[in-house]
Amino acid sequence: MLRTRVIPCLLIQGRSLVKTKKFRNPRYIGDPINAIKIFNEKEVDEIFVLDITATKEKRKPQFDLISELASESFMPFSYGGGISSLEEVQKLFNTGVEKIVLNTAAVYNPSIIENIANIYGTQSVVISIDVRKNMFGKYQVFTNAGTKRQNISPIEHARNVENIGAGEILLTSIENDGMQNGYDLSIIKSISDAVSIPVVACGGASSIDDFRCAVVEGGASGVAAGSLFVFHGKHQAVLITYPSYEMLKNNLP
Amino acid sequence: MKVGVIDYGIGNIGSVVNMIRHIGANVDVITEPNKLNYVDKLILPGVGSFDRGITELRERGFIEPLHECVFQRNIQLLGICLGMQLLMKSSEEGNLQGLGWVEGDTKKFNFEGIEKPHRLPHMGWNIVKPTHYGSLFKDRNMEYRFYFVHSYHVMCDEKKDILASAHYGYDFVCALEHNNIFGVQFHPEKSHKFGMELLNNYLEL
Repeated sequence: MLRTRVIPCLLIQGRSLVKTKKFRNPRYIGDPINAIKIFNEKEVDEIFVLDITATKEKRKPQFDLISELASESFMPFSYGGGISSLEEVQKLFNTGVEKIVLNTAAVYNPSIIENIANIYGTQSVVISIDVRKNMFGKYQVFTNAGTKRQNISPIEHARNVENIGAGEILLTSIENDGMQNGYDLSIIKSISDAVSIPVVACGGASSIDDFRCAVVEGGASGVAAGSLFVFHGKHQAVLITYPSYEMLKNNLP
Repeated sequence: MKVGVIDYGIGNIGSVVNMIRHIGANVDVITEPNKLNYVDKLILPGVGSFDRGITELRERGFIEPLHECVFQRNIQLLGICLGMQLLMKSSEEGNLQGLGWVEGDTKKFNFEGIEKPHRLPHMGWNIVKPTHYGSLFKDRNMEYRFYFVHSYHVMCDEKKDILASAHYGYDFVCALEHNNIFGVQFHPEKSHKFGMELLNNYLEL
């Protein structure tokens, strides 16, 4: 039996680990290398590291930092942020990164998806789709760390990237990010139904129960969370945690 | 002892090297066949397509020297993921012949007749059930779990070559052992203590 993947999604800004709310107000959490070491000891299923300012600052990935993070990760390590060329992708794979996460580039330069899939296989390309509902209840795709609205529906975008070689979709609800009010199940369900590649839900998780809903009701193959794994208690003190294997095994499909 | 990790331009060798270093072994990334003279143990990693894997091995001149290592010098070789699939005679993924060092072929997951839909690739942590203990798997009481990511799997002609199986829609072979040749479909280099133990067992063989 394949287990549901439970994935800490870590955000970096400069050399700091941060956590946002609705993609805003990044709060300093600590040192990302230290955090990765702790997650590694806790034997997490996988890890996503996203550099949230690389694209905004028109900067390349921080290869030295990523290399340090990857060498501490004895679990699948995915990286996203500021990737725009195959040369950068090759460099990232050489450091020990398992999967490349593309968001803005997937809209402006979709051929990079095809190229990575052809050379490294579809399993190495994760397309991150950030969505927000407008005032009429219609879901819209945003790129550039949630700042730029795109004229394409999330379903259409998801199908397009699947067709050209995406191996997985990381679907994040901007409205739910950092709010710990549960996942947006309706968009998870529509994207999972629209594609046959795995969909990882992100944004809003507050408990293992939310994970179960995303899988059972939303059809997600994996669940990602940020706040849940870095904050503790109602005052949101910084504490890195991860549920035990037994806990996950007994509560998730 | 020196472990040679074959770099034939296909996929990600960084994580394999990272974990072997972490275990404390001496590891060399082998980019040219003539460097094979200095290794005592081999790892053939790989992700990507079957035909590309075989083509890259051939074009870089690895096939004959590797054959010599395995069959004349009797050096042990561990294929990981695509590296395992390349050991077989053929694959449904491609038209080219495989190395054919292990009897059997590589097939795509086929869920015909299985009610619950299964997504491909098979991606994530799955339980691995050894059928033989002693070489790569030693602890009979352990529930082994490893990280998988693949859409094709190996079918062994010889039942005795099967070392472990996993379940995704149906049982499939996820580890094999044939004389000095080993293969694992999952990624030990990304499987925490389970992978570390398996690689350590391999290095101690």
